[in-house]
Amino acid sequence: MTSETGWTNSAASRSAGPTWTTVEIAADIGAAATTSRVSRPGRRGRIRVAGPGRSAVLPAPVISEAIAPPFGPAPPSLLSTRGGRRRIARWYAGAVHRAAKSRDLAGLPRAVPGEDRSVPAGDTLESSMELRATTTVHKEPLEVYEFWRRLDNLPSFMAHLDDVRTTGDRTSHWTATAPFGRTVEWDAETTEDLPGERIAWRSTGDADVENAGSVQFVRAPGGRGTEVHVTIRYDLPGGKLGELVARYFGEEPHQALDDDLRRFKQVLETGEVVRSDGAPYGKRARKEFPQRPAQPMSPTELAEVDE
Amino acid sequence: MRATCWVAPLKVEVRDVPDPTILNSRDAIVRITSTAICGSDLHLLNGYVPAMQTGDILGHEFMGEVVEVGKGVDRSRLKVGDRVVVPFPIACGACAMCRVELYAGCENSNPNAGFAEKLFGHPTAGIYGYSHLTGGYAGGQAEYARVPFAGVGPLVIESDLTDEQVLFLSDILPTGYMGAEWCDIQDGDIVAVWGAGPVGQLAADSARVLGAEQVIVIDKEPYRLTMAADQGYATLNFDKVDVRSALLELTGGRGPDKCIDAVGLEATHGSLPIAAYDKAKQLARLESERPHALRQAIVSCRPGGIVSVIGVYGGVVDKFPTGAWMNKGLTLKAGQCHAHRYMRPLLGMIERGELDPTRVITHTLPLEQAPHGYDIFKNKKDSCEKVVLKT
Repeated sequence: MTSETGWTNSAASRSAGPTWTTVEIAADIGAAATTSRVSRPGRRGRIRVAGPGRSAVLPAPVISEAIAPPFGPAPPSLLSTRGGRRRIARWYAGAVHRAAKSRDLAGLPRAVPGEDRSVPAGDTLESSMELRATTTVHKEPLEVYEFWRRLDNLPSFMAHLDDVRTTGDRTSHWTATAPFGRTVEWDAETTEDLPGERIAWRSTGDADVENAGSVQFVRAPGGRGTEVHVTIRYDLPGGKLGELVARYFGEEPHQALDDDLRRFKQVLETGEVVRSDGAPYGKRARKEFPQRPAQPMSPTELAEVDE
Repeated sequence: MRATCWVAPLKVEVRDVPDPTILNSRDAIVRITSTAICGSDLHLLNGYVPAMQTGDILGHEFMGEVVEVGKGVDRSRLKVGDRVVVPFPIACGACAMCRVELYAGCENSNPNAGFAEKLFGHPTAGIYGYSHLTGGYAGGQAEYARVPFAGVGPLVIESDLTDEQVLFLSDILPTGYMGAEWCDIQDGDIVAVWGAGPVGQLAADSARVLGAEQVIVIDKEPYRLTMAADQGYATLNFDKVDVRSALLELTGGRGPDKCIDAVGLEATHGSLPIAAYDKAKQLARLESERPHALRQAIVSCRPGGIVSVIGVYGGVVDKFPTGAWMNKGLTLKAGQCHAHRYMRPLLGMIERGELDPTRVITHTLPLEQAPHGYDIFKNKKDSCEKVVLKT
């Protein structure tokens, strides 16, 4: 599964590189690099986006982790005493967790040290964000297409979507969960529909967050099924809502779409979204960590998860 | 139910936890009769595997009786009452990796794929009781376990073989066998095995079965080396001899044709300064492994040979001998075992008496004594080689 994230019109747009470099680089710089850590503007960094006219900067969470060594500061003690080892092991678990939470050093939009990071008060510039992700599903292109074409299937694997209702030959009504418990709804029209090849859509009318997307189905080489290439573009409105949406996607803009496609593949190949004791929430998982322990759920927990 | 839980590094406890339930339609619930502590569980115990949480149930080697099956389980493959051994990787059976029998690379069974992808570039299969990196699945050192994709993994045992004879089909026997199979053993080949723990012993047995001319086992625990010598293998104590020179001597100066690393990331080293160097770097997180066995295998292997790695690694190493690897034209093979692929053929070999994995069992304890089992296994007390836990 690979994905790319771009903030269109922005010099900061990058594609996601191999994320394991985080670990590799961390190993190289390790504890020695702790002196070169960039000071953190609180818990927040900035993602640079651009609007018409001039560039602006929107706040986004936890950017500094991408610049600081992902493994963080040196372990608390190098002593090989029992107690020391225990602390170090605990530190390590946390460090890898921090590395996983942070982004690839080269892969994602991030603040550039030394640049102006100020946000003009009341800035209401619009911007757009494009997400791309791809996976390969071990099914025939037509079958994969048909599953996607039945739009009411989409909420079974797309985390944000609550409901998609077909309202006409090429029109549909979408309901999604927006940041902080809000619900957004919009009408959409299918702009392209090539069986077994491609579907494209865009929001119509007065959508809160204008969006458009396409999914392409390409036969994979070697009888390995179908490559699914998804592109979704959000036109972020200005003002508070745009800021909220940007922040919602901020830390890992591509992650949500990546996870959606992972579930899409699971549903098509195995019939359902795969659950574990640590991650039993299916598509409602908003993030991977922290998780519940890897032990069975109590009847109360089970009822909450299954509701 | 009672279950062995990871509490903190160096601390496991048997605790009361809820009974497992069906979460996906292709799940089964297994009442566990026998389970075992694996050498790789010690990496969790010692805190070297990331993403463990307090309360995680440990254990990926288990067998028992099917007591419940989900509605999506193919009844012709598995039904209530079946006696099964469960392979440690969780595999969907439907993705591209599973279809070519690379079960440990299953693309669907790890719900924490995003996390695994960041560390390894790609996600790998879910594994029971083996951290949230491999999915956050509850393990099998417990009275019951939930088994996902139950129509794919569990092997039904229809003969009257004892639990002890078949239990290790879950992991260490297929793992040892795969390590030997990767060696592509030819007539006259001499195979060196680093590590005389349970996996190393069974890798050595597998190399013998696959036609090795001679098997050399390297360790430092005298009782483990004796166990190997009793099978007719040459043994080297790395605390007492220089391994590379001794290997050259045993092979007429050629070096072993094939090498198996059955040690992994927590190797010890005969040379105190080198051991201390790697330990310090590991603690400082300049490397996450102590790869002595792997380095030594690469340097010792004859040109054109194969180094097969079944010991567990999880991060990055320092001073990897790329020069020896490249200039000698070695083939390196590594991986978590695609256990599903080997279980049935190995069951046949057990039934025919060609392999007897029970020989590694030194301790059989009740589940309640799991913490004691971890202690004696980790600290090599009481000549401990392999601990089986009974419920």
